[in-house]
Amino acid sequence: MSEHNVQHDSHAPKDHDDALEGHIVSPIIYLIIFGALLVGTALTIGASYVEMGPWNPIVAIAIAVVKATLVVLFFMHVKYSPKLTKLTVGAGVFTFLILIFMTLSDYISRAWGRW
Amino acid sequence: MQQQVDATGFAMWLFLLTEIMFFGGMFTAYLIYRNWYYPAFVAASHQLNIFWGSLNTLILISSSFTMAMGVWSAQMRKQGALVLCLILTFILGLAFLGIKTIEYKEKFEKHHVPGAHYSLQSFLNPDSDQEAREAHDKPLPLDMARHTEIYFSLYFAMTGMHALHMIIGICILGFMIVRARQGAYTGGHVSFVEYFGLYWHFVDIVWIFLFPLLYLISRHQ
Repeated sequence: MSEHNVQHDSHAPKDHDDALEGHIVSPIIYLIIFGALLVGTALTIGASYVEMGPWNPIVAIAIAVVKATLVVLFFMHVKYSPKLTKLTVGAGVFTFLILIFMTLSDYISRAWGRW
Repeated sequence: MQQQVDATGFAMWLFLLTEIMFFGGMFTAYLIYRNWYYPAFVAASHQLNIFWGSLNTLILISSSFTMAMGVWSAQMRKQGALVLCLILTFILGLAFLGIKTIEYKEKFEKHHVPGAHYSLQSFLNPDSDQEAREAHDKPLPLDMARHTEIYFSLYFAMTGMHALHMIIGICILGFMIVRARQGAYTGGHVSFVEYFGLYWHFVDIVWIFLFPLLYLISRHQ
């Protein structure tokens, strides 16, 4: 193994430039994430058949958030991306949460039917 | 050059942020209407078929995996593998749309498409409807039954916009397969494949949320 290969994926092409062509994520990691997504899908379908009252949607959304996080971090390479990308993704999630929570807090705090 | 690559990646992510807000609006509407007209949303969601929904989730996750492997093949400069991955992603995308068509067809046949021909039959008289019978639905009062139309409006808006994104993605995939066969992405210029991958994974993430929210969370009430 040359020094060049130690820094990068051991099978990367000789003149591969991490900065220009992106970090090479090993297929083994892709396979593990694929497996985790399949398990998550099975879990969420299974959970929908269990009576949990108000917890059914919470569990379903929690599993979906975990699955989405795995896709974003590994399939979309955010874990290996520059800080600018991480900040952009974080800002997106934050703005989305504002959209949901501001709207819902307005909704639940209204005096429905009493004006 | 490094700055250019950073800037393109940043631009792609900004585009995806606008997409998050676009779908986010519909998710918020769904959340609030579901709280508002809860019995209607529960009864209406029983009309969706979990088998088709699960199969489509499986197909879409697999297509995300083949797309990720496509990016890897481009980075490793394996032209044959890249073409194969892109073709597999293309086929899985078409399979998803095929199943969606089967589901839409059923909604048209049962008059569950919002509009002048919308039918309340399955919700006013659940015993006349196979899906409603299996879910042990109780008949809804007329005013609540009418709100099932809102559920189906949101169902068609959300899955329809998602399907439109799939159609656009599949068209770009077709273009990429032709280019990849000419060796366009295996000479060190992987950006196009990588950024298309971001788009494709984003569409997958939207479905990861749509599937439980539309199909699963009302199974029990």
